[in-house]
Amino acid sequence: MSRYFTAEIINNLPLNNKNVLLTIKPLEPVPDPEPGQFYMLAVSESHDPLLKRPFSFFRKTPEGIQFLYEVKGRGTMMMKDFKSGKVINALGPLGKGYPEPESDSTPLLIAGGIGIASIFPLIEAYSNRVYVFYGARDKAGLLMLNELKKLSDKLNISTDDGSVGKQGTVVDLLTDFLTRHSSLVTRYSLYACGRKSMLEAVSTIALEKGIKGYISAEENMACGVGACLGCAVKVKGIKANPPLPTFTKGGRGGIINSEIIYKMVCKEGPVFPIGEIVW
Amino acid sequence: MNVSVSIAHLNLKNPVMTASGTFGYGEEYSEFVDLNRLGAIIVKGISLKPMEGNPPPRVCETPCGMLNSIGLQNVGLKRFLKEKLPYLKQFDAPVIVNILANTIQGYVHLSKALDDSGVDGIELNVSCPNVKKGGISFGTDKKTLARLISKARQTVKKAVLITKLSPNVSNIPEFSKIAEDSGSDAVSLINTIPGMAIDIETRKPRLANITGGLSGPAIKPVAVRMVWESYNTVKIPIIGIGGIMNAHDAIEFMLAGATAVAIGTANFVNPKATVTIVEGIGEYLRRKNIKDIKEIIGGLNAAQSHHNLNN
Repeated sequence: MSRYFTAEIINNLPLNNKNVLLTIKPLEPVPDPEPGQFYMLAVSESHDPLLKRPFSFFRKTPEGIQFLYEVKGRGTMMMKDFKSGKVINALGPLGKGYPEPESDSTPLLIAGGIGIASIFPLIEAYSNRVYVFYGARDKAGLLMLNELKKLSDKLNISTDDGSVGKQGTVVDLLTDFLTRHSSLVTRYSLYACGRKSMLEAVSTIALEKGIKGYISAEENMACGVGACLGCAVKVKGIKANPPLPTFTKGGRGGIINSEIIYKMVCKEGPVFPIGEIVW
Repeated sequence: MNVSVSIAHLNLKNPVMTASGTFGYGEEYSEFVDLNRLGAIIVKGISLKPMEGNPPPRVCETPCGMLNSIGLQNVGLKRFLKEKLPYLKQFDAPVIVNILANTIQGYVHLSKALDDSGVDGIELNVSCPNVKKGGISFGTDKKTLARLISKARQTVKKAVLITKLSPNVSNIPEFSKIAEDSGSDAVSLINTIPGMAIDIETRKPRLANITGGLSGPAIKPVAVRMVWESYNTVKIPIIGIGGIMNAHDAIEFMLAGATAVAIGTANFVNPKATVTIVEGIGEYLRRKNIKDIKEIIGGLNAAQSHHNLNN
């Protein structure tokens, strides 16, 4: 079983003028992905564009592995023209996904726009326990709504323009929810994927309220396997060999020497515990 | 069929190496490549102390290539010797360590420690465009370069000593000659070409460091030309680097005069690129009925250059 494999395009279905659902079928045995992991897909056999593109794994079906993507740049423009039967090179599953929620916790899943691709496997896996908060700029940005409604009866939707769901951002939805359910915060865990400003806002809320959680980060990427050191994000590091914690009056003391270091989104992420990334 | 080549007293089972900074410390690619099949492994540049590297974004794609400004993030000499080298030593592939320092003394110190540790080669990185001190500033000043290589030469007793040159000079053969005259066993040509890219919507540079090093197929013709010019000037072996994506490209470098090649950016595109190239070179030699790969080194037929202009 190799994580570098060839796959056939089964389907490359436009959902609207911007977003596409891609299904690929590996032509050789491949390891199963975990929620939050990603793949790098080749968009061209020529050298231009040169690099593979990273995409969160969206769903595994009997037909193959599915990805949701937004047509945004040159690579995805080329991908949208992929026809069924085409064979591409793929690398994955890569990176560290979302840790399994603790059995007594209530996961709050927060997705902004195309970030739903990364969050979706969690909704599938824990549909009876999770609250879903899903926001986009407008109606067209909300994807797979029918599937989501089928999976979860605790689906909260927002759009910036108010065309569907509540007008505002997904962060507003989360804030409202936490205000209404403030006594239960210790039971919650947060899982978020979306653009940087959203992840930063979610992290701030989580840290303020003392809710544990994870976010999926994004950075320009080249190799996908931790070799090129291109996809660095700033994180709070702990110096090697920290002194053993000492217990002092008033709780846990101990000195942890924090410093800023870089971690690689492709290998040490893309999922990081909230509070680790320095925005 | 013989595909082995030598870089001074170091014998390589084939001419295909990994370019520094594109193959981690070997382990990152061991899942995709049988490291025993590589001519040599050139590992990520090592400095005396660990380096944290540059702020992100550190990479961006450009036509047929990419820019990077990693800034030599590395684990430092101590951790390399303790954690990375023992892993690499398990394999039947020579280990060449790329080194970088702020001072000549630093290069000497690193060379000594690594030579004593039993690595097979030391590649002096005097051409990194992404660090403020050291790197390219040593490799583009003739006097400093000569002094640095001479000092390293006095230190390194067992390993082969290689100098990785910058393409950012007006006359590359002059620099190759300095390397040869100062005692370098070989030269690596070329490191990335300094470049930059701008996002016109935000007016921001695509790399946080503003400038970076260009690699990939876009730089290959420049690299082939520099190998050819240096081949005509120096006798020491040349390791050809720059946008090699397949066996065709590797052979092109060897015909221009490279004794061996190093595969860089191609590893990011295809993690099995190195072994695919080893196999492809074998196929080429069989097809051309060439018994020994050394026959193709510098085998460019310049007299025929007016033919096949479109190939």
